[in-house]
Amino acid sequence: METAAVIVGAGPAGMAAAQVLAEAGLRPVVIDEGSHPGGQIFRRPQPDLMRGIRQLYGFDAGRARAFADRYAALAPLIDYRPETQVWAVSDGQVHLMEKAGATVAHWTHLVIASGAMDRIVPVRGWTGPGVTSLGGAQISLKAEASPIGRRVVFAGSGPLLYLVAYQYAKAGVDVAAVLETARPFARFSQLPSLLSGGRALAQGLFYMAVLRTRRIPIRTGVRLLDVTRDPDGRVSGIGYRWRGRDRMATCDALALGHGLKAETQIADLLGLEFTFDELQRQWLPRADRDGRSSLANVYLAGDGLAIRGSDVAEASGRLAAFALLHDTGCTVSAHAAQDRLSIERAAGFRAALDRTFAVPPTLFSELADDVVVCRCEGVSAGVIRQAVKHSGEADINRVKAFCRVGMGRCQGRLCALAAAELIASTAGTDIRSVGRMRGQAPVKPMPLGDLIGRRP
Amino acid sequence: MTDIFDIAVIGGGVAGCSTALHARLKGASVILLERGRCGAQASGVNYGGVRQQGRHAAELPLSRRSREIWGNLAELIGTDCEFSATGHLKLARNDADLAELVCHQSLLRAHGISVEILDSADLRRRFPYLSGLYAGASLCREDGQANPRLVAPAFARRARALGVDLRENCRVTRVERSAGGFRIDIDGAPPVRARRLINTAGAWGAAIAAQLGDYVDEAVMAPNMCVTEPIAPLIGPNLGICGGGIYIRQSAHGSVIFGSGLGIADRDRQRARPLPDITIEAATAAVEMVPQLRNVLLLRSWTGIEGRMPDGLPVIGASPNTDGLFHAFGFSGHGFQLGPAVGAVLAELSLDGHSPTGISGLAITRFDRSLVTAGH
Repeated sequence: METAAVIVGAGPAGMAAAQVLAEAGLRPVVIDEGSHPGGQIFRRPQPDLMRGIRQLYGFDAGRARAFADRYAALAPLIDYRPETQVWAVSDGQVHLMEKAGATVAHWTHLVIASGAMDRIVPVRGWTGPGVTSLGGAQISLKAEASPIGRRVVFAGSGPLLYLVAYQYAKAGVDVAAVLETARPFARFSQLPSLLSGGRALAQGLFYMAVLRTRRIPIRTGVRLLDVTRDPDGRVSGIGYRWRGRDRMATCDALALGHGLKAETQIADLLGLEFTFDELQRQWLPRADRDGRSSLANVYLAGDGLAIRGSDVAEASGRLAAFALLHDTGCTVSAHAAQDRLSIERAAGFRAALDRTFAVPPTLFSELADDVVVCRCEGVSAGVIRQAVKHSGEADINRVKAFCRVGMGRCQGRLCALAAAELIASTAGTDIRSVGRMRGQAPVKPMPLGDLIGRRP
Repeated sequence: MTDIFDIAVIGGGVAGCSTALHARLKGASVILLERGRCGAQASGVNYGGVRQQGRHAAELPLSRRSREIWGNLAELIGTDCEFSATGHLKLARNDADLAELVCHQSLLRAHGISVEILDSADLRRRFPYLSGLYAGASLCREDGQANPRLVAPAFARRARALGVDLRENCRVTRVERSAGGFRIDIDGAPPVRARRLINTAGAWGAAIAAQLGDYVDEAVMAPNMCVTEPIAPLIGPNLGICGGGIYIRQSAHGSVIFGSGLGIADRDRQRARPLPDITIEAATAAVEMVPQLRNVLLLRSWTGIEGRMPDGLPVIGASPNTDGLFHAFGFSGHGFQLGPAVGAVLAELSLDGHSPTGISGLAITRFDRSLVTAGH
């Protein structure tokens, strides 16, 4: 049978896979939510907002340029579908929502490179206007040249916190403070592994140094308390506890994020096997070292498999494509060994990052009852706790049915991890036994009218 | 610890959990064995319609009795499971459909159920959100809806609180007659003994029945369900249509739940999934019936495994071959509304030997002459 390769995602992983497959003479279908290849990391602004590539991508400018050049050469060799959503997937088919309406792409081999999104730890007041996810704040600046506020606080945890704060500061936005809930420098045990990060670590330290030079306070080991608002509802600041005292950082917008989580809905819809990743505190689809999933002819790559950053994403995209070619009987180039090695080398640094910026379960167990966890359905921590206690249930899909957490428009993409931690702590059970919210098509909400075609 | 239970129930759907509760309320010692979680299959993932009109005559006495229980759920199990008598509107595509609805009206009346027949002008005036495609409709005001995810677990909780030995994640490996009743082998625990056995195993009901000599063909089905984002109140009564096809309701929460067609069910692997093409067909039919749904967001689709009998009606009643064995399975998509009364009736049949509610048309013997024993 003819090999029909479909790649979901056109970030570093998806495009790396596309390049390998295209070079092997296949013409993969590449499905992209965005309008240009590049995923979140190399997202391009609207043409009239285009700025210098150095300004847009900083240290990644060289890679962004190389990515764009490579894509230009690749374009005629792939079937690229921009602004297209995968809304469902089944054996041999991905169900697409393109601008023109619902269509289907057939596959004999599928590479899932669905990427990542922000991990949110709720804080009182986070659901109102003026609070944006860290990734959202970055996209707003990168793609729309529109910062989320005039005076912005960056709160949460992880390397992205410093990168986005740095990008905002460079764009001339008043960065009021960076509030880090972890203590990245308190754990010397991680130091050797962190130092193995080389370039990535150097970049992180550089961002911090620039922020410090600009006298932007970086507070670590804070506990976020609440988003305060003017009488008219606008964000006025964020209260936090630092060194035993309650403090306030005034701002008119807040970017919030505790690292990233893999987007695994498509893998879930296919019924792939998942395992719980202790470090990333998330259920992740199981794959061998080259990205073969538990289902024949389905491959995983990039941050949608595990959060490992864009360098590893590229390597894992190539590996998935090599595996695909190998499985279809093609001879595979020698690059695989090199990519495997670079992924192994990066693993120590990644694990150290994950440990350094780990979100402690106490952030959830200590959430006040009135803090909203599920924004779409307005379900608070207290309501979830009560559902667990009243029903005696600790299975997240049962608790979802009883209190509606994760039932809204985002389908738990924002709240499922927080809900799982909360259920585990309330029931006093291991988070593994809580399970994961099951994926249900459509992957993202869509109007019935789009599904059934254009208005007659 | 009870050595031998008065009643063992296999299957923790609405029917099984209700049976356990009603039998316990009559003072019996009861054990319920559920392979997974209570209400995880058809009972928990169905549409949530609580409907009397449109049913086969054989189901109507049971349906009528169930409606009474639905109205008193809070008293019985401590929660109303979001039951609400929103009404049910069955639409006629043409005059022939309308004539059928009029005919059905008199059948319903004989069972004490009243419906109102509407013509197309009535429809336009009273339900202006419907497309103007219909010749008329039958409105049953006391029909309604409930949240299926809540019902079986709520019955189970109440049953357990009253002393039912309710075991979830407990797989039955073998059932056989033994001295004084039944012996039920289960995974990882000593066998269970009971004087009477109630088989409410849903899509797996025929397999249990076969172990005790009652053979019927039971297929599976997986209704393809969809739900939208919550919207402002739009749809009053649940909507259905003559000839089957699309059915739509709006919950008090604002979500619009609709379904049409079937997904895929794998009974052996206990897996079911909706089909994207069927979802598109259902969305098309939903918008055709209620055009304003066009701009509403679809949030989820799902399905679950349901047993289906060749004639589309459940098997309910005593085994013709084995004393003390009672069946209620193969609900063919009709089980949710009936479930509460099925429990009441099975408790009566098994403990008292008779029930005031007629179920003769649902006997397992209807499928095979050879099943009819000399006593009948």
